[in-house]
Amino acid sequence: MHNKQLIYLIILLSGLLALTALAAPPLKFDSPEQELRFNSLVAELRCLVCQNQNLADSDAELAQDLRRVILQQMQAGHSNRQIKQFLVERYGEFILYRPPLEKSTLLLWLGPLVLLLTGAIAVGMGISKRTKQFYDERGSK
Amino acid sequence: MIGELGQLALILATLLAIAQTVFPLIGAWLNNNAYMQVGHSAAYGQFVFVAIAFALLTWAFITQDFSISYVANNSNLHLPMLYRFSAVWGAHEGSLLFWVLILSLWTILVAITSARKNSVLPKEFSARVLAVLGFISLGFLLFVVFTSNPFTRILPAPMDGADLNPLLQDPGLIIHPPMLYMGYVGFAVAFAFAIAALIGGKMDRDWVRWSRPWTQLAWAFLTFGIALGSWWAYYELGWGGWWFWDPVENASFMPWIAGTALLHAQAVTEKRGAFIGWTLLLSITAFSLSLLGTFLVRSGVLTSVHAFASDPTRGVYILAFLGVVIGGSLVLYALRAPKMTRGGGFSWFSRETLILINNLILIVAMAMVLLGTLYPLIADAFGLGKISVGPPYFGLMFGLLMIPLVLIMPLGAYGRWKQDKLSRVSRQLLLPLLISAAIAGLSAWFIDNANLRTIAGVFAGSWLIFGSLAYAIQRSMKQRRKWLPAGEVAMVIAHIGVGIFLIGVSMVETTSIEKHIPMSPGDSFQLAEYKFEFTGSEHIEGPNYSADRGTFIVTKNGQAVTTLYPEKRSYRRGQVMTEAALDPGLTRDLYVSLGDQIDAENQRWAVRIYKKPFIRWIWLGTLFMTFGALVGMTDRRFRRKNTDKAVSA
Amino acid sequence: MKALLPLFIFLIIAGLLAVGLKNADQKSLIPSPLINKPAPEFSLPLLGQPEVRVSKSDLLGTTYLLNIWASWCAACRVEHPFLNQLAESKVLPIYGLNWKDQNNEAIAWLQALGNPYELILYDFEGNTAIDFGVYGAPENFIVDYNGQIRYKHVGVLNQQIFETEVVPILITIKAERDAQ
Repeated sequence: MHNKQLIYLIILLSGLLALTALAAPPLKFDSPEQELRFNSLVAELRCLVCQNQNLADSDAELAQDLRRVILQQMQAGHSNRQIKQFLVERYGEFILYRPPLEKSTLLLWLGPLVLLLTGAIAVGMGISKRTKQFYDERGSK
Repeated sequence: MIGELGQLALILATLLAIAQTVFPLIGAWLNNNAYMQVGHSAAYGQFVFVAIAFALLTWAFITQDFSISYVANNSNLHLPMLYRFSAVWGAHEGSLLFWVLILSLWTILVAITSARKNSVLPKEFSARVLAVLGFISLGFLLFVVFTSNPFTRILPAPMDGADLNPLLQDPGLIIHPPMLYMGYVGFAVAFAFAIAALIGGKMDRDWVRWSRPWTQLAWAFLTFGIALGSWWAYYELGWGGWWFWDPVENASFMPWIAGTALLHAQAVTEKRGAFIGWTLLLSITAFSLSLLGTFLVRSGVLTSVHAFASDPTRGVYILAFLGVVIGGSLVLYALRAPKMTRGGGFSWFSRETLILINNLILIVAMAMVLLGTLYPLIADAFGLGKISVGPPYFGLMFGLLMIPLVLIMPLGAYGRWKQDKLSRVSRQLLLPLLISAAIAGLSAWFIDNANLRTIAGVFAGSWLIFGSLAYAIQRSMKQRRKWLPAGEVAMVIAHIGVGIFLIGVSMVETTSIEKHIPMSPGDSFQLAEYKFEFTGSEHIEGPNYSADRGTFIVTKNGQAVTTLYPEKRSYRRGQVMTEAALDPGLTRDLYVSLGDQIDAENQRWAVRIYKKPFIRWIWLGTLFMTFGALVGMTDRRFRRKNTDKAVSA
Repeated sequence: MKALLPLFIFLIIAGLLAVGLKNADQKSLIPSPLINKPAPEFSLPLLGQPEVRVSKSDLLGTTYLLNIWASWCAACRVEHPFLNQLAESKVLPIYGLNWKDQNNEAIAWLQALGNPYELILYDFEGNTAIDFGVYGAPENFIVDYNGQIRYKHVGVLNQQIFETEVVPILITIKAERDAQ
């Protein structure tokens, strides 16, 4: 079982590696602003082949293709939102490192805030009790 | 032979772990000295046998014994000697054995210090601590022996092994895991102290005072280990990042955050006897998160670049063990909670209050990291689809949470126990505030492409540094003593470290410059004030890889700065690795890595060039934090038996 | 009650982890959002025949297997014998999408290993592959006679997967068609 997985992994890896055989030249940007916008957009997208790298950092062939397509779309005047939509239609929301705020991610985005507020109330109540205790102790001395 | 001896050593260690768990517990129950004493002997014995097993596995790697399947999978004839040592803990089985070894090391440290004549620990207490540690060790030893045995044979033995994952063939990876494990596993001691206090039913401030130096030592290791990992990722992964909010990084970061909260909570409990339940809970939490981290890394539940060896069937065992240890502790906590004392009162503005806020924020931050790490799992389990939670989420949320924490940090240092006045503290902090504002203003002027976030970061960092310094200066003037108590020096150093770290992070995150460009020999590129000239690439042969090595001459205004040699390596197993080359500096790193070869004939390469301002400050800051914790644990009062004399104003 | 709160929180997390453990096997498989949606429009030259272009509408009317492959892909080599066997059994036509490959290398590969494909689309740029949401070869799609994507398999397709996953879908498609 374990060995089979290993062999499969090796095959998979060597497949991915061969991807580098056809290297594309780096992209050409129209302006520094465009480059900045591009860099910050691709840093928020997940490389699907490598799964734990963003598109900006990945050297995988697919990542290069996607970077090229994203730049083409930018040059065609598409907004970041449209470009993300384009990718989500093809690859699913898995490609977004910043999950959009919607019903299924409500807990993710609002959970920490709710916890902070609940915690703050609990801590506030605790402090006011302790303050009362403090003055009581001092008064009784 | 090695395999069989290793098996035997592991089985003996397991038996001793059972003895270490059972006898001291009974001894403490019956107040029987001889039984309690068994705990110490068993701990030493266990360490000896675990060390023998570990040494045998190391020996198998050194002598290239490929009849042992673990060695065959993670080494080969060409693996350099240095990496045969780190290969021992480079994959699943070995890293778990290493986990046990480190736990065993912590255990004998506790055993030795508690056996000394002048030890502060009561006999029953140290017996219970050893029993708890023995139980944890038992759980892991059983796991190693039955599901992850590093000594399993393969027959017939292959002529040559596969290879150690090339990512792990790096000097940084030789010390990163040991440090990280020392920290991770070290929280087991604070955990064992908490459980021993709960079992004994004497939950006063004494056990906290005993547990503090251990917590600080573990925290120091963990801080240092995480920093090493970040530094390693920075130069080894080849794209200049230093933190990725990867599930495995989060797995080590969560115990760190909980541990940080614990350090602060312990201060309140020790000095003022308040929040005993909370400190107990945090002690349990910090170690539980270490166990959870082990689970996440070893079970393959989460996708991660780091999950080099993971197996879901093993996850079942760890999860069950997690349930017993954590679930059991929390049940024990719930049973004992009514007996806990309340401690003294304090005014709404006091150090207690500020530490409470610190704990609130840190725990919310920890919960946020946990939520984000597990959310893809949650979404999957409830059919909400496959989603990713990555750096944009964690960075934003963590940054927002840290703002209030950073602002109150110097107040926390200045604030007096029990009661203080906001007006007094603000008066004291006025000067540091002005200095920080001035530095922030200057930074806006002097730093290239600084934005609002840069300036805010520089301000916050300076605020911590100068706020802490001002406190140290004023305190030592008032004290008219040569030295402040170690505990206070520790706090000042660690808080300054956070300030340095913060400046590093804000500079790197907002003012780094990066370029991806194609370069042929003879091409040069101007990045900010530096000119990078690519003179060509050559083919070189390493011990178990071959590589193309580029040469880049870096100049600044015509003056030579450095020459960088980034490599693109192909390892025997087939992986291609980018070895970045960098020129470190206190105010900036220059970083070059080779991407793909675009045109082999003309040696044309896709090149990544980075200038990373102040990135060294990130690791410098963590060194300060580590050092601070080490100073803290030397405080004299930790070696005193009597609590009452230790209470300071 | 308050003292039990930490235990409850832990139990919830442990439950989630248990569920996660159950699903751990499929963690790296990303479901395609394209299932049961019309296949993307494309118009591509054929491998070795750059003058002939084939578009999606040309392929309507038959249910086919679309196999994404390339000569640089080692896993495709593992898969290939099964495709040859499938082509012989004539269960359904296999169309290939040759992905980011060199013309001559792809043709040499087929000459060496056999050609199970009725036709092969040549996607050098990789744009059509992006439209199909391809992220690694081999990938396999079942496209029905209406041009709808009905199934996707990432990785090597083999006899067992074909029988357990693909055949039931083919039967459903056939039933739908017969019902019309």
